Amino acid sequence: MTDLNSLKYTAEHEWIAIDGDVATVGITDYAADKLGDVVFVELPAVDSGVSAGQVVGEIESTKSVGELYAPLTGDVVAVNEAVVDDPSLVNSDPFGEGWLVKLRVDGSAPAELIDREAYLALTGGEE
Amino acid sequence: MTDPRYTPLRERHEALGASFTDFGGWAMPVRYSSDLAEHHAVRTTAGLFDISHMAEFFVEGEDAGEYLDYALAGRLSTMAVGKAKYSLVLDENGGIVDDVIVYRLGDERFLVIANAGNREPVAAALADRLEKRAVGVVDATDDFSLIAVQGPRARAVLEATDRLEDFDHPLDELKYYAAVAASFDGHPVLIARTGYTGEDGYELLVPNAHAGALWDALLAAGEPIGLVPAGLAARDTLRLEAGMPLYGHELSLDIVPAQAGLGRAVASDKDDFVGRAGLSALVATDSPVLVGLVSEGRRAGRAGYAVMDADGPVGEITSGALSPTLGHPIAMAFVAPALSAPGTELFIDVRGTRIPATVTALPFYRRTK
Repeated sequence: MTDLNSLKYTAEHEWIAIDGDVATVGITDYAADKLGDVVFVELPAVDSGVSAGQVVGEIESTKSVGELYAPLTGDVVAVNEAVVDDPSLVNSDPFGEGWLVKLRVDGSAPAELIDREAYLALTGGEE
Repeated sequence: MTDPRYTPLRERHEALGASFTDFGGWAMPVRYSSDLAEHHAVRTTAGLFDISHMAEFFVEGEDAGEYLDYALAGRLSTMAVGKAKYSLVLDENGGIVDDVIVYRLGDERFLVIANAGNREPVAAALADRLEKRAVGVVDATDDFSLIAVQGPRARAVLEATDRLEDFDHPLDELKYYAAVAASFDGHPVLIARTGYTGEDGYELLVPNAHAGALWDALLAAGEPIGLVPAGLAARDTLRLEAGMPLYGHELSLDIVPAQAGLGRAVASDKDDFVGRAGLSALVATDSPVLVGLVSEGRRAGRAGYAVMDADGPVGEITSGALSPTLGHPIAMAFVAPALSAPGTELFIDVRGTRIPATVTALPFYRRTK
């Protein structure tokens, strides 16, 4: 079970798990709940370079489309094919099986990443 | 900005974990658990909807039928008592003010149910069009709640609800697009076999004071049969699959009925009615017409997205979604009549990507049961 307190977050409702120079990125349960049933996920190509703040994909639900932003600058080393095949994983396990992309980054955490406490404050404390 | 209104069932929705959305000035449940689960439940067992935001007008008097023939697009005066009819409120130009369902409750008594967002313009139109007739129109929206049970097991749910009784005519003889008076706990309830999902189902009109108890009774009786509460998100994908128009998307003041495939709702041989002059003044036109579009894959065109052919934009989507029941994208769109034949190959611009789409006749889904 992922320790949610060890993750970093963004104001765009993404979580980031940093392990050495690889950052795993997904969207939070808050975002998944707001979207509703996710039916289609578009992810960036493996080996593409992304910049922090760039739109790199889409998460589409029955009712709306959310953009996936790169929270860090780096290269895409993996995308979650399981989610492409079964987008409902984003709803059922947003912090685990519903991960979206893995980036190779230079290891520094930009100021725009916030910790769990700050993220919960942003979302009104909804756990 | 005024706060949204809640229906009498608010606490029940909150207790069931509903997320709310604003619709026509009302805070309504958009989903309870999952849009897809609620949609599938309506297609396989049954869904329970709170649609109390809709507007209700009682029309009463000696000339009620003749008045409605004038005020609305269809011919209502020849309706049999106990029947329901889909109709339109038009403006002078033939543009659509609202789509409504009219129920004939008696020789001189009708009920008109209109969309929540159009309560004011419909109330104004009904009042303006009375002229000197011996007819009274009462806006009863604030006094009544409307609960829908929709799905193949809808009748089983009503039959299992003990305190729903004293049917004027047996429920199993109630035909589609008809209504019957009954009682719930001794209080009058009107039960109409109508709906907005493409499934069999019923809409129950009850005074506000009894809405909560009726909701509870239906849910308790229905749960063992597979009844689940369902929100507006599921309602929208259900009606889209059934090819049913939504005001503000497929219907508006800028659309005349024939454009939306609703020419049959206009009884143009009536002596006089509001909109007649506007419709006859229209020359044979190449105004856009409403079509269905189907695509492969999973990326749906949504309201506002452009429809293209090889040469450029040819229309616009009014409603679209990945169809939960059919498993592929569906959309309704207005396109030039020359491109409206089923089988015509077009494209939808989905956020910069051109997705092929084929024109199809509506509805996308038709129930077999």
